[in-house]
Amino acid sequence: MAYEINGETYEADEEGYITDIGSWSEGLAGLIAEDEKIEMTDEHWEVVNFLREYYDEYQIAPAVRVLTKAVGKKFGKEKGNNKYLYSLFPYGPAKQACKIAGLPKPTGCI
Amino acid sequence: MADFDTPELKDFLETPALCPGAMEHSKPFVAAPNHQEDLGFPGELVENWQEKAIDRMGELLDTNRALRVYLDSCVKCGACTDKCHYFLGTGDPKNMPVARQDLFRKVYRRNFTTAGKYVPWLVGAEDLTEEVLDDWYSYFHQCSQCRRCSVYCPYGIDTAEISMAARDIMDHIGVGQKYSNEIIGKLHKIGNNLGLPEKALANTLEGLEEDIEDETGVAVKMPLDVQGADILLVTPSADFFAEPHVDGLIGYAKVFHAAGASWTVSSYASEAANFAMFIGSQAQMRQVAQRIYDAARDLGVKRIILGECGHAWRVAYSFWDTLVGPFDFLDPAYPHPVHICEYTDDLINQGKLRLDKSANDDMTLTFHDSCNVARATSMGGRPGGQFEIPRNVIKAVCNNFHDMADDTIHEATFCCGGGGGLLTDDLTELRVKGAKPRMQALNAVVEDHGVTHMAAICAICKSQFSKVMPYYGLEMDAIVSVHQLVSNAIVLEGSIQEEELDGSAEDEDGAGDSAATEVTVASED
Repeated sequence: MAYEINGETYEADEEGYITDIGSWSEGLAGLIAEDEKIEMTDEHWEVVNFLREYYDEYQIAPAVRVLTKAVGKKFGKEKGNNKYLYSLFPYGPAKQACKIAGLPKPTGCI
Repeated sequence: MADFDTPELKDFLETPALCPGAMEHSKPFVAAPNHQEDLGFPGELVENWQEKAIDRMGELLDTNRALRVYLDSCVKCGACTDKCHYFLGTGDPKNMPVARQDLFRKVYRRNFTTAGKYVPWLVGAEDLTEEVLDDWYSYFHQCSQCRRCSVYCPYGIDTAEISMAARDIMDHIGVGQKYSNEIIGKLHKIGNNLGLPEKALANTLEGLEEDIEDETGVAVKMPLDVQGADILLVTPSADFFAEPHVDGLIGYAKVFHAAGASWTVSSYASEAANFAMFIGSQAQMRQVAQRIYDAARDLGVKRIILGECGHAWRVAYSFWDTLVGPFDFLDPAYPHPVHICEYTDDLINQGKLRLDKSANDDMTLTFHDSCNVARATSMGGRPGGQFEIPRNVIKAVCNNFHDMADDTIHEATFCCGGGGGLLTDDLTELRVKGAKPRMQALNAVVEDHGVTHMAAICAICKSQFSKVMPYYGLEMDAIVSVHQLVSNAIVLEGSIQEEELDGSAEDEDGAGDSAATEVTVASED
C-alpha cells in the first residue's frame, strides 16, 4: 500500500508501515493516524516523538517497560503503565505507535 | 474490533457444525523476496514450481522416514477430527487434522505410490495444481503444530510434521510466510527475533536493574556477556520487550540473585526461540541453534538455562544435541539443558528461596500447559515432570490455584491459538477463533472457582492471550508469567519486602522465628 500527501506518494508495506523511515514527517504521521482512526493529542505526539528519539539512538523501538517508564516520568506515575498506553493506542503501543512514528514493526513473539 | 464474529462461549465445548470454506480466505502475508533470499530460498514462485515441489517432497521422504509412515498409515478412523482447536473454533472441515494431512497426502499418493500413479481416482490422489497450492498455503498456516491431534491418533500420526514439510516445500519453491521468514532473517543478522541490537539490549537490562532496585531495595544484576559466568540464560527476546514477559525475566534474575548464581545473558545469542522449526527447515534450525552453542562455548559457561519459551524448550530438549551437539564443554555434573522452572523448583525443594505466598493473594491462578512443552518434552528427568514442575513452582508461590478441566490440560492441552509461526496480526481472525477451546476451559474455572489469572511458560502463549482475551471479555493482563509470580513472592535478603515481614533491623528480636515459618515449600492445592 502507499500514503499520499499533496500528490507525493509514500510507499508502505501490507500493514501500513512506511518502507523509507527517512520519508517520515508530522504530516505523514497525521495521515497514518487518521487511517488508524486515532485522533492525535499532545500525549500521542509525546509517545511518537519519544519512540523516534529512542529509535535514533538504539535502532529499535523501546521495550514496553522503557516506554511506560518514560511516559510515567512525563505525564505522572498513574499514566506510566501499559493500560494507559493501550488507551492511547488500542492496537498496542509497540505496533500502532511505531506505525505512526514511521518505525519498522517490531517482530517476534510479541 | 474486527470484521469477524468472536465465537460464543457456552457451558461446554461443542463440536461445531461443518462450514466448508469458512477459513479459505485466511492466508498470512507472503514473504518478500529479501526475506526469502536471506534464508537461501528463491525470492518468488519459481517457474517450474510443480516439478521443484515434487523433487523437494521426494528429498523429505528420503530423509524423514516418519513422514512417509504418517502419509501411508492413516486409516481415516476419524479420531482426530474434533481435536484441533482451529476446527473447533472455525468449523471449517479442512481444519480437521485428517483433512489437513490429506491436502499433502493426495499429492504424495499421486507422485510416490503405484496406485496413485496409475489409478489416482481410486485412491484420492491428485496433482499439485495451483488450486492445491493455494489450499496448502492457507491451511498449512492454520496448523499451529501443537500436536494435540497426534495424542488421539491410534497410529500416532503427527500432523505437525506434515505441516512442517508442506511449509518447507513452499519455501523451496518461493512461497514462504513473511512473519516467520523475516524473523529468522533478523535473528541471523542481529541475534534475536525482535532485532534488538546489543546497545538496546544493554540499555533495557540496565533499566530493569533500576526497576528491581526501586521495588526491592536490592541491587539485582542482569549481567550481559560476562566471560566465565557459570550459567548462560537463553530466553525469548520477548522477555526483554513485552508484558507480561518482562516480569518473568525479572523473576529469573531474582531467583539467580537469591541463589547467589553467576549468570549471564549473551548479546550474540539473545534469543531462545527457533522459528526454523515452524517452517520445517532443518538447515535453518541448525544455524539458529549454532548461535547458542557458540555463545555458550565462547563465554565458557558450565550450563545453559532456558527461559519461558515453549518451542525453544522442545528444540533444546529434543534437537540441540543432534543439531549442533555434543555440548561436551558444559559441566557434566549438571543436567543439560535446564529449564528455568526446573532450576527454580530445585531451589524451592532445597529450601533455598524465601517465599511469601501472600504476595500473590490478589490472584487465583490456573496454568496453561504450552503445547511444545507438554507434548514434546519433559522436565526433571521423569515422565510428567513438564506438567508437575511448573505447577509445583506456582503452588509454592501462590495460595490460590485451580486447574482447568482434565481434557484441556497436560498432554490434552489446547493450543493458545497463536503457536507454530501464526502469532501475526494478519491471522488475527484465526487466532481469536482458535483460542476458543482454551477460553472455554478458562471461562469455566473463572466462573466456578473464581480464577482470576492464567500463568504460562511460553512467550507466544503470553502474547497471544494478551491479544485475544479481550475478545472474550477478559482483561489482557489476566495472563501472567510463572516467574512473575515467583518474582512477586520471593523475599530477597536485605530487601524492603524482608524488612516489612520481619520488622526493621532495630527490632530484630524473634524475627528469625517468624521468618522461618514463611519459608514455604508446600505444594498442596
